Amino acid sequence: MPDLSELYQEVIVDHSRRPHNFGALPEATHHAEGFNPLCGDRLTLHLQLTDGVIRAARFEGSGCAISTASASLMTEALKGKTLGEAQALFTQVHALVTGAVPADTPPLGKLRALGGVQQFPARVKCATLAWHTLQAALRGEQAPVSTEEGA
Amino acid sequence: MNVERVRQDFPILQRRVYGRPLVYLDNAATSQKPRAVIDCEARYYAESNANIHRGLHALSMEATDAYEAARERVRRFINAAAREEIVFVRGSTEGINLVAASLGQRLKPGDEILITEMEHHSNIVPWQLLCERSGANLRVAPIDDTGELIVEAFERLLGPRTRIVALTQLSNALGTINPAQRLIARAHAQGAAVLIDGAQAAPHLGVDVQALDCDFYVFSGHKIYGPTGIGVLYGKRALLDAMPPYQGGGDMIRQVTFAKTTYNDLPYKFEAGTPNIAGVIALGAAIDYVDAIGLPAIAQHEQALLDHATECAHKVPGLRLIGTAGAKASILSFVLEGVHAHDVGTILDQHGVAVRSGHHCAMPVMAHFGVPATVRASFAMYNTHDEVDALFSALRQVREVFPCPT
Repeated sequence: MPDLSELYQEVIVDHSRRPHNFGALPEATHHAEGFNPLCGDRLTLHLQLTDGVIRAARFEGSGCAISTASASLMTEALKGKTLGEAQALFTQVHALVTGAVPADTPPLGKLRALGGVQQFPARVKCATLAWHTLQAALRGEQAPVSTEEGA
Repeated sequence: MNVERVRQDFPILQRRVYGRPLVYLDNAATSQKPRAVIDCEARYYAESNANIHRGLHALSMEATDAYEAARERVRRFINAAAREEIVFVRGSTEGINLVAASLGQRLKPGDEILITEMEHHSNIVPWQLLCERSGANLRVAPIDDTGELIVEAFERLLGPRTRIVALTQLSNALGTINPAQRLIARAHAQGAAVLIDGAQAAPHLGVDVQALDCDFYVFSGHKIYGPTGIGVLYGKRALLDAMPPYQGGGDMIRQVTFAKTTYNDLPYKFEAGTPNIAGVIALGAAIDYVDAIGLPAIAQHEQALLDHATECAHKVPGLRLIGTAGAKASILSFVLEGVHAHDVGTILDQHGVAVRSGHHCAMPVMAHFGVPATVRASFAMYNTHDEVDALFSALRQVREVFPCPT
């Protein structure tokens, strides 16, 4: 039986109630919007990049605990990362939340808490929304990312 | 109505979810099926499967008789004047699309279609598509903050250019019952044709299309204890007669030559291709089942559940009901302060309680109330007082994970 306490770990609940890096970023150089039409979650991600390094990441929007915590944890983790490192992080987190690797393998620190969705397939899209939005922001895409396209 | 006896007719209610008894409160999405319906569909395939309206052999005649008997069954259920007025479609959505596509061919630029703010997307988007094709304009009658239609605004929006009025009898997102009879009369006074979306109303309120005097009425089999993929479009005969076909194909024609094709009589003109024969026959069985228990008794039982649930809801700190109209049926929609509806849905599910969390295909309703999504518990004849209590007990578990904001 899936374990609710795995899904709603303390770090997830805390970040969902008091998200870090929440708000606008006037110095942002990259933006993207993510949308999950099934549940109405929306977020806008702002990134400030100089010399190929993410100096700051903030987000706005509204969503469930999982998508909000995921965005909050992601913006924390991105600070100071190069583009290559950010891409590698995306790949690791994607593998983690989709269950491609066991929840305790990657050296992801706090992000490991997102592994709780492994047992809740209906909630994987909540956890990945911010990360797909990150990819769109880095690619400079204009159209909002939807969890219901392609994939 | 003996709810314990009713429950024994629904095999799925015996199953467990995550080791707990299933508490199925997502009936507005789809209802569960009684054994009579499941057996009827299986029996058709096991004993009489054949195509209808074309074979001279025994099986085809049996299947045709059963199919047409179900049509007569539906006619009686909604009190239509004639069996020719009953068209089988895939569901309410296809029924609305049929009317929009066919009746819609009369519309001209500047004509108006009036809907309400509480409609399901299936009673919005077909009209938007029709407006794009025809140059007609869509008008939307607003709701108030209880989720009731503002009737005066609806009446002000009716005018000499209004050609079609389409509205729900019972809102799937709010539970509001619309004063359909009065609204239909007002629309007719302006010469508009009226379509009633009965997807939610048919299983709970009882339908009399002649008393309503609506021009079209649609409902879905799967929400009234029948199979998925089958639904009903009722239309007044004079209107259906005058309307062009929706789809072309077999069964809907009288004679085909490459120079000219003539169409079949009602209702076959609108039933192109081999229909969902098993679905139609099993829908007849579902209606038999509902009628044997009786819609007045079902409605009374469901109202008691809704009243109890509403009372419980008022006692939950931080719970806000979405939809508090004076006349409501079978649906309790709400949000919990500080918790997203999706998180509520996941936690309830772990306690065996199945509800819907989301926008309920009514995004304009969500926008009106300023919420991205709601939790919706919706009741059917087999739900119990104890199941309502199980819902609220599971909601207390939600507060264990997400304490009430201070």
